Amino acid sequence: MAMTDNQARFAQDDDSVVVIIGSGAGGGTLANELASQGIDVVVLEAGAIHTRDDFLADEWAAFSQLSWLDNRTTSGSFRLAKDFPNLPAWIVKSVGGTTVHWAGASLRFQPHEFRALSEYGAVEGANLLDWPLGYDDLAPYYAKAENRMGVTRTNDIPGLPGNNNFHVMYAGAKNLGYSCNTGHMAINSEIRDGRASCQQRGFCFQGCRTGAKWSTLYTELPAAIATGHMELRPQSHVATIEHDDQGRATGVTYFDANGDMQRQKARIVAVAGNSIETPRLLLNSASSMFPDGLANSSGQVGRNYMRHMTGSVYATFDEPVHMYRGTTMAGIISDEARHDPSRGFVGGYEMETLSLGLPFMAAFLDPGAWGSKFAGALDQYDHMAGMWLVGEDMPRETNRITLNGEAKDAYGLPVANVHYDDHPNDIAMREHGFRQGAALYESVGARDIYRTPPYPSTHNMGSCRMSARAQDGVCNGYGQTHDVANLFISDGSQFTTSAAENPTLTIVSLAIRQAEHIGKLMKEGAV
Amino acid sequence: MLSRPLSRRVFLKASGGALAGTLAFASGPIALLAPSRSWAMPLDTLSSRQGEVLLEITKHLFPHPGLEDAVYAFVVKDLDKAAGVEQTHELIQGGIASLDSDASGDWLALDKQEQFQRIEALEGTPFFEKIRATAVVSLYNNPLAFTHFGYQGEEGDVGYLYNGFSDLTWLPDPPQPADGYMPGKAS
Ligand SMILES: Cc1cc2nc3c(=O)[nH]c(=O)nc-3n(C[C@H](O)[C@H](O)[C@H](O)COP(=O)(O)OP(=O)(O)OC[C@H]3O[C@@H](n4cnc5c(N)ncnc54)[C@H](O)[C@@H]3O)c2cc1C
Ligand code: SF4
Repeated sequence: MAMTDNQARFAQDDDSVVVIIGSGAGGGTLANELASQGIDVVVLEAGAIHTRDDFLADEWAAFSQLSWLDNRTTSGSFRLAKDFPNLPAWIVKSVGGTTVHWAGASLRFQPHEFRALSEYGAVEGANLLDWPLGYDDLAPYYAKAENRMGVTRTNDIPGLPGNNNFHVMYAGAKNLGYSCNTGHMAINSEIRDGRASCQQRGFCFQGCRTGAKWSTLYTELPAAIATGHMELRPQSHVATIEHDDQGRATGVTYFDANGDMQRQKARIVAVAGNSIETPRLLLNSASSMFPDGLANSSGQVGRNYMRHMTGSVYATFDEPVHMYRGTTMAGIISDEARHDPSRGFVGGYEMETLSLGLPFMAAFLDPGAWGSKFAGALDQYDHMAGMWLVGEDMPRETNRITLNGEAKDAYGLPVANVHYDDHPNDIAMREHGFRQGAALYESVGARDIYRTPPYPSTHNMGSCRMSARAQDGVCNGYGQTHDVANLFISDGSQFTTSAAENPTLTIVSLAIRQAEHIGKLMKEGAV
Repeated sequence: MLSRPLSRRVFLKASGGALAGTLAFASGPIALLAPSRSWAMPLDTLSSRQGEVLLEITKHLFPHPGLEDAVYAFVVKDLDKAAGVEQTHELIQGGIASLDSDASGDWLALDKQEQFQRIEALEGTPFFEKIRATAVVSLYNNPLAFTHFGYQGEEGDVGYLYNGFSDLTWLPDPPQPADGYMPGKAS
């Protein structure tokens, strides 16, 4: 039986429903939060349903099964534009969105990170801004999200047992005076919420077959369906958001599984397509009233696209490690996440263990490389430990999602172009992270150190950012767009700045807060 | 693939050639998996000689001492599949022909050092890129390679919780609570 078999159904001309575009971290959470208030919701998701039974313990096969592979293009000086010109981001097109293959790291932003401009001061070539909300505004929602997602080391949930990759990181962290533990993970260390505990499979990026890892696919979405107030329509690719002559959103057009154009009316539209598709959709919804795209009077739609400063350090040892066994992200060091400009950059970064299977290690260790040095690294695959660096990157007006003037997708819609240039701050931070990561592993006796460039972006943020003033961004502190009162941004696109931490806990917390606000506005008749 | 003994080579598909060999390391981990020391891989489009050249090029690109030719043959297999498209077939055929003609007709006859230099000089050409890009996937995405390089692949599906996820012995065990707890074992 499919999860959608007994769900509520809403008519396409029912203009009382809230339409949510995307069923990932933002969309799936918002859907459940609204439905539990008794608000009728239709979720339109471009991807198909792949259940836990469908998941594959095979990197390339799972990649083909779950990834967003519709064409995208790239430009700019970031290395991805050369290595993977049509794969700027590694995200999911499937019910559950990228929560199907996220690693589960769930860290709160630090209070100062909500005030990036005030704390760091203006940075040349960056478009820094303070968030229109502060840490204290979000703290209660962080607490709710942690409880909902079952984040370890919160709510009396024990930490996960650390795998071999963690053992190596821990030893190095101690030598460097860092503190390190198995992290705040949305992965069950005990049976909880009807879901199993983690079996340490090591296929977190391929879909968690046990369901130990939180994903909207088997938590928020079925819960929302069970309320009788939510209809999930998979394989429904939204093409445009429509509006009336007062400039209010009236519904959306979408292509169904047969490629036929459909129309769903709505009282409110919430966009949660991840930070490349969300601005693409607003730009593709341009009309005579909104010639530059919907909700784009500021010209900020698509701009300030962020992807985090990232990089990986892999190290080989005389003794075996077998890093691929167990959770992909098994240990976290937060000591470098502080803001300390004496290091030569603003903001900070996290160090998190990471492992790739042999096939992905070959693809991503040093894209394009060949020869004996490359082969020598893979010869030591089972003696390798690894970490990922993830830090705050600078919002830049010129780092942006635009519509490609020529390339079209299967529906004839212009595809997104992703333009990104690393800011000098990103480069300085990456260099620092590479050095610290190398020092950490060298202190444990590393033989060889490999600096791996950023993967296709797993964290995508900021392309429809929140701002206090309408001219600085696209939406307010609740994700409500400045221009269209009944249009909301409900995913990581809202982020004003990226902070150092992995984004999902914050996306989920914002969605819970947004749902409460939407409920209130609806009651007041304000939208 | 490994179960096909050499003697059956003549029965293989006629249109293309075939690659064949004998495992070099009789007691290596791959030999333990293989039912027979001889192996053969039929080709649909490419000739046997083209297959041999591609196998040799792949070994120059990704030199792994001790890695069986039987594993490199997976790359040739995928290039053979790609050569089913005429354009790719021409690319491969042309690339090999020009290597040969620059080597008095037989690139394979050059010594290893010479062979390598000729390949290195091709970096960035579509022929080189086709082989590199195919090899970097095919060579490392098969069960024999997993065995050789020490990756357990699908075995992990059931989980390593009671089977080695934290069996590292050459470093001290991290203390709890920095390290976490086995399910049901939190104090
Ligand atoms: C390998 C990997 C590991 C990660 N690990 C972590 C981690 O440890 N911690 C962390 O915090 N984050 C992690 N992330 C990031 C995290 O997954 C994302 O930040 C998060 O899922 C984003 O949520 P979202 O709602 O913005 O988008 P998504 O979850 O990507 O959901 C967007 C959905 O919208 C759908 N969609 C898009 N366009 C349309 C359209 N036009 N019509 C209909 N549907 C559409 C998509 O198909 C998709 O299902 C990881 C990501 C990856 C790829
Ligand atoms: S390691 Fe744990 S969280 Fe990751 S896929 Fe396996 S069971 Fe799920």
